[in-house]
Amino acid sequence: MNKMQNWALASLLVLGLSGCVTINIYFPAAAAEKAADRIIDEVWQLKPDAAKTPEGEAQ
Amino acid sequence: MNAVFRALVLSVAMLSCAPAVAQGNLDINTPAIAALQGSMQQRHAQLAPFYASGAVGLTDRGLVALRDANAVPLAQRGQVNSLVSAENADRAALYREIAQANGHPEWAGDVQNTFAQRWIDKAPRGWWVQRGGGWAPK
Repeated sequence: MNKMQNWALASLLVLGLSGCVTINIYFPAAAAEKAADRIIDEVWQLKPDAAKTPEGEAQ
Repeated sequence: MNAVFRALVLSVAMLSCAPAVAQGNLDINTPAIAALQGSMQQRHAQLAPFYASGAVGLTDRGLVALRDANAVPLAQRGQVNSLVSAENADRAALYREIAQANGHPEWAGDVQNTFAQRWIDKAPRGWWVQRGGGWAPK
């Protein structure tokens, strides 16, 4: 019984680790979008914080 | 014993996939990317009037295209053509560099599609953008 459990544990570990490798090579769409936004704001000189400064106006 | 075993298996399963959740940012701080960004930023001042007049539009592939040559005075047509091809060369290189900088050259196509969407989303009113193959002003 103990031997079988060891085997089960070992194979689960291998499966789990290989699963991780698989997951990590998926394209990180949200991160790419953030990166794109940063670059586009620079290239087009859009100032994201200029649009959201209503604090001074409100008072 | 069985309970201990199950708990162990569960914790292994949970721990082993934790790094996948912690997906941070894409690295865009390389000299090559900074250089491309700078060159595109400089060129933008020259391209902006052509975007505004609708002569040049943003394609659904994350590039730019001369969509209405008639909107460009004859004397400027050569200039606008070279601006468009220089811009497209920089953009293609940018998408490749971002994929490369993050250790996945095969992501270049996905990076390009993401940019295509964001250029169009961020384009000001009146610029021409390509959607589903057709051109329309934003």
